[in-house]
Amino acid sequence: MDRFVFLFSAGLARGAVLALFALSLVIVWRAARVVNFAQAAMAAAAVYAAFAVTAATGSYWAGLLTGLASGALLGAAVERGLMRRLPAHAPLPGIIVAIGLVMVLQAGLAIAFGPEHRPMHPPFSERPFIIGGVPVLSPYDLFTLVAAAAVMGGLALLFGRTSLGLQLRAAAFAPETSRLLGVRVPRMVTLGWALAVATAALAALLLVPTELGLNPHAADLLFVNAFAVAVIGGLDSPAGALLAGIGVGLLVSLVTGYASAAAAPLAVLALLTLVLLVRPGGVFSAKEARTA
Amino acid sequence: MTTPPPTAPRLEVDGLEVAFGGLTALGGVSFEVRDGETVALIGPNGAGKTTVFNAVCGIVKPRKGNVRIGGRPAPARTTGLLAAGVARTLQGLGLFERMTVLENVLVPLSSLRAEDAAARARDRLAELGLLDLADRSAGTLPYPERKRVALARALAADPRLLLLDEPAGGLGAADIEALAETVRRVAGEGCAVLLVEHHVDFVMDVADRIVVLDFGEVIAAGSPEEVRRDPAVEAAYLGLEAVNAAAEPPQSGGAGHPPARGGAPRPSTADISVATEAHAHRSEPQGPAGEGGTA
Repeated sequence: MDRFVFLFSAGLARGAVLALFALSLVIVWRAARVVNFAQAAMAAAAVYAAFAVTAATGSYWAGLLTGLASGALLGAAVERGLMRRLPAHAPLPGIIVAIGLVMVLQAGLAIAFGPEHRPMHPPFSERPFIIGGVPVLSPYDLFTLVAAAAVMGGLALLFGRTSLGLQLRAAAFAPETSRLLGVRVPRMVTLGWALAVATAALAALLLVPTELGLNPHAADLLFVNAFAVAVIGGLDSPAGALLAGIGVGLLVSLVTGYASAAAAPLAVLALLTLVLLVRPGGVFSAKEARTA
Repeated sequence: MTTPPPTAPRLEVDGLEVAFGGLTALGGVSFEVRDGETVALIGPNGAGKTTVFNAVCGIVKPRKGNVRIGGRPAPARTTGLLAAGVARTLQGLGLFERMTVLENVLVPLSSLRAEDAAARARDRLAELGLLDLADRSAGTLPYPERKRVALARALAADPRLLLLDEPAGGLGAADIEALAETVRRVAGEGCAVLLVEHHVDFVMDVADRIVVLDFGEVIAAGSPEEVRRDPAVEAAYLGLEAVNAAAEPPQSGGAGHPPARGGAPRPSTADISVATEAHAHRSEPQGPAGEGGTA
């Protein structure tokens, strides 16, 4: 039971990061109807910016803010500079350009910073609290959970309760109609990309200190798992990303703990296959989401 | 009908020409709509009615001619229409189906403070009898209610020029009467209304003037009575009228078929309605009309 509590709490923190990254994929999908395969490389670039600022100033928080800001700027720049120029209503060019961008960014980061893993120190201890003799969440896990929950709550408020969020949703669902209603659609798409990549950068920033360290591929596995989460939850569903993220995080943690780390990706793949067979649009998606 | 004030027309369409590739969709269309006036564009499908709307909205670029709104050139970008006081409904409604009814009506009100926008949206919903449905998802409503949501959304930002694309299509008699009342009320408040419609009884009921298009040209314009008696309109529908006549022998001396010059029976409004529906095979670019279906 002690082991289960430990694995469960570790899985929650892992799931929160997964959910956050999956949410970033959902935001881009909703804004631009494209799966951004470059999200991990873009997030890694933003984490490098954070890393550089933290190294220069000694402040984790200055680095965190830099990471978020550079993620947002990079997202906006990629949308304005690349994605907007692609043919509309065809998914393939966006995917190909994103894959090309992955190569350029990762090669560029490797040239600029070197390919080796650079350790990033977490701002809080990773030693778990011991409650009743049972190790549970560490302070850093708790920080991760709170940060992820705060950002997801903030995004939910933005999209659900503000005029800007309403315009973001309108522009994503029906751009031509939105223009007639005065919505500045291109601006909303850019903003969607900025929000998404900043969110992805935060997820990567939260994850990297618990992994081997920062390198140009640091967020690749996060992307793979988060993409599975987004598909399981439904690419169009923020709530789906959250719930599937937590679910997959728990699954990975429990399978790793009770079976082996090597079995965890297989478990995720099995779950993904099952969902695609039973409910191809994702568990929480509306029926037309994948074809819209 | 009251005489419009001697100011610039709310909408001036002057010599508008639109071509799609080698196909001329509009060949020099001119008309105007004044504040408080309701003008109907009628004609068979493919006549260019929706293309006129799309040109006014900046969705298609004219090859020649001008569109002026309130005495100024129409906004080059569709996004500028709202600020220019223009609202449009779409044939396909274009509702944001997964948003609530209230959210749909709030979208064009983003420039207002949140409380003001909510109050305005609720006023519009109340005016159209939709307040009880405010929190329902728009996609779950029956078609007549969905059409009213689209109308409420168009009216939300207090337009000075309202473009209605087939507002009566698919509605029953009671809903059409309610729609006619709404159009009269809006026009009575000084809004210029331009509508495209196949439902001729509705058009005859609400329009101050009618502009008849055929093959991208204005073939007649005037009061409903003038248009009904116009030989050019009659000629445009003559082929189909002959088909109708063959299917149903004309009643001699019937009120709906007074003798016309040349001895041919004149089409009644019902005949024109049948004729316009029968022309429905002619295609016409529809703009973003069908887009919102997946929203």
